Amino acid sequence: MPRTFSLPDLGEGLTEAEIVAVLVREGDVIREDAPLLEVETDKAQVEIPSPIGGRVEKIHVEPGQTVKVGAPLVTFSDGAAEPASAPPPSRSAAGARTTKAPAAAPPAASASPVSSTAGAGPVAATPATRRLARELGVDVKAVRGTGPGGRVLDDDVRAAAAAPPGSTAPAPPPAKAAAPAGPAKPLASVGLEAPALPRFEQWGPVERAPLSHLRRTIAERMTLSATLIPHVTHFDRADITDLDAIITRNLEAARAKGVTLTLTAFLLKAAALALTRHPTFNASLDPAAGELVLKRYYHLGVAVATERGLIVPVLRDIDRKPVLEIGRELGALAQRVRDGKAALDDLRGGTFTITNIGALGGTAAIPIINYPEVAILGVARARQEAVVRQGQIVPRLMLPLTLTFDHRVADGADGARFATEIVQLLEAPERLLWEW
Amino acid sequence: MVMGDLVDEVEVAVLGGGPGGYSAAFRCAELGLETVVIDAAQRLGGACLFEGCIPSKALLHVAAVLSEAERAKEFGVDFGEPRISLDPLRKWKQERVVGKLARGLAAVAKAKGVEVIGGRGVFEDSSTLRIEAGETLRKVRFKHAIVATGSRPSGLPGLTIESDRIMDSTAALELADIPERLLVIGGGYIGLELGTVYAVLGSRVTVVEMTDGLLPGVDRDLVQSLQRRVTQLFAAIHLETRVAALREAGAEIEADLEGRGTERFDRVLVAVGRRAQSDNLGLEATRVRLTERGRFVQVDERCRTEDPRIYAVGDVTGEPMLAHRAMRQGKVAAEVLAGRPAAFDNVAIPAVVFTDPEIAWCGLSEAQAKAQGLTVKVSKFQWAASGRAATLGRSDGLTKLVTDGASGRILGVGIVGPGAGELIAEATLAVETAALAEDVAATIHAHPTLSEGLMEAAEHLLGA
Repeated sequence: MPRTFSLPDLGEGLTEAEIVAVLVREGDVIREDAPLLEVETDKAQVEIPSPIGGRVEKIHVEPGQTVKVGAPLVTFSDGAAEPASAPPPSRSAAGARTTKAPAAAPPAASASPVSSTAGAGPVAATPATRRLARELGVDVKAVRGTGPGGRVLDDDVRAAAAAPPGSTAPAPPPAKAAAPAGPAKPLASVGLEAPALPRFEQWGPVERAPLSHLRRTIAERMTLSATLIPHVTHFDRADITDLDAIITRNLEAARAKGVTLTLTAFLLKAAALALTRHPTFNASLDPAAGELVLKRYYHLGVAVATERGLIVPVLRDIDRKPVLEIGRELGALAQRVRDGKAALDDLRGGTFTITNIGALGGTAAIPIINYPEVAILGVARARQEAVVRQGQIVPRLMLPLTLTFDHRVADGADGARFATEIVQLLEAPERLLWEW
Repeated sequence: MVMGDLVDEVEVAVLGGGPGGYSAAFRCAELGLETVVIDAAQRLGGACLFEGCIPSKALLHVAAVLSEAERAKEFGVDFGEPRISLDPLRKWKQERVVGKLARGLAAVAKAKGVEVIGGRGVFEDSSTLRIEAGETLRKVRFKHAIVATGSRPSGLPGLTIESDRIMDSTAALELADIPERLLVIGGGYIGLELGTVYAVLGSRVTVVEMTDGLLPGVDRDLVQSLQRRVTQLFAAIHLETRVAALREAGAEIEADLEGRGTERFDRVLVAVGRRAQSDNLGLEATRVRLTERGRFVQVDERCRTEDPRIYAVGDVTGEPMLAHRAMRQGKVAAEVLAGRPAAFDNVAIPAVVFTDPEIAWCGLSEAQAKAQGLTVKVSKFQWAASGRAATLGRSDGLTKLVTDGASGRILGVGIVGPGAGELIAEATLAVETAALAEDVAATIHAHPTLSEGLMEAAEHLLGA
């Protein structure tokens, strides 16, 4: 029986992807997990592994083509190994979902969540199945059980995980009018229509260049954020003389452990610690529900400039990690991003973003909030300044900071308190060392 | 402090060394987190080991031996009148039972590298605990704290008088003497268990219960058989009766029982429930919230409080106040704070009353299932038909099965009879894993055992 592998749900409200490369040829016999395709989504360039082992019968796509979630990619012929048993759940969500897709039918047609037969009463699933559901982010109560007496089985949970997330998608940029092919497409609307542009040709010759996939995504998301979120910015400066000394003193020791110690690692730690005490800045506003979604995890994004454009890789559970570990992960992640090898999971799930423009100069910058987060911390270049301390003018290394946040969620005083906490942590860096 | 505070930094600080606290601490340690337990008595075990589950079960075992010896006369074996020596009995309970288990827990803590700090822990803020132990003051800064401070016996509002003769469950377990006349206020499980101990040891026990039945809230089908037995065991059971006043009169306590006049007792046991120990912990310095009713620490399914650094488990988080609930929550809290996808989503929490006969239940009772709008099928197996019950001379048991009418899924089980506390384990597994009556009916149960009761009840349901 031939099996067709379709573009799996990529999460984060992503509805389409551009095929960058096809890594197999028709007739190839490949093993499960072998690289199949490279696609570029709004978020990243990712490699999609083969969900099953077998002979590639037909390839339905070609490089440069943009395909929608659920569109067929590759058909495998019979006679090969069935999909191996479920992948270990520790794999990235992208991988796990990918592996689910060979259900041939487009996801929309697969098991739609229905309330269990009993309707009321306790959930009909074993504790192990319930744990699996939590791992895959599935509400086990909403899954139709196919086991005896309507019991929800592991397979039911996995099928639900592979189904389209439906309303759970976090407010995707409305994907209006995506042209069938070709790189140039209009931006998605956020409700306001931009007026028509004048004919520039009347003043001189022009050239039109299509936007890259990533550029278009950035444009859409920035429009969304700047249009939807009333931004407020709070300015402050942190005296990082001591912190800088610590970094300088420990550079070699850290390098011996394979870590390049940077200010950013300390900034991440300070921000995460401050966030644990100011949870409204580690949240998302749900206007439809009239609720603030407070996240109990602290995954911080770091804006990274790449040749292709701005990318925000995410480091997980910063609050729990020592600075050295953060530095190590940051280095590895930045390298993956620059190499275009970042996995989808490297780029999503963030709760707060830091953008460090220090290397490129400037005295301050007011960044746009990374929607749907609540706040973003901008950091400019630290400079030696003449500062008055106890009546004396002394040279101190001052770091300009800007905290830009969503005024729907927090007020100026809240922002000031939060920013002050970050500044205080940076000025007493020993706290960053013993507070993990 | 002049010397400057002694501050320790840990990943996890567990407040309270009871079953919830030590389960959480051990699991944290297993997950590689540096963990300390702060316990007022600097020991692990809590109320469960030192003044609850364990010592009461030790004494109930003694009561069971005495009852069995008495009943042996029925089949021609007479041991004569028992002579009870309280000193060796107390020593056995304290050293051979409680002491041995306490040393065991201390050894586990050591092996897992969990430090037990003695003192009263008070939150200074969301990341600092102040530990007061006599003159010394110590501080612990934590990344996460788990509140597991448990519960303590409730007093009788308006009736508190100072007297050694008025005991709570903790004092009653000390077994200071065997009073001639004992008044037990409260017909719940604590009152009935301790009333049984004292009655079998020789006290004339009067039980006073405010509501219209013993064990309020428990399925009447299960209580019936126990009620018959304790009616013989106790001198009197007064239902729908309040205690209006208690007075010390010489070496006696006078009790005014509403509508029944005044009676005199040598001791009084107040067993009207337990309340959360959420006060004096400095929780107001954190973002932790307490419930209006009961002052319980509010937690979600993952044992998280409103304060992102602070978790809570066990009695301090609400009903049912049972050690095994606390232990499960403790493990959940540990895994959640370590980033694992755990949740306290258990369907069945078994409850056991260690009277004679024992009563045990789990999952939904018939009444609860109906209140939820479920269509249920109920099956009862009377132990009069059980071979094993006959050989024990105990045919007064009952196994009751509550299933979903449509699917046949087992929603709840209630058992009354000797060994019900052990038998409920199979039922709990069945409910937790969503087993069907058919699954239990088709599982071979050893013959002749009391465990066949559950299979019989399931078969009966399928045959019907």
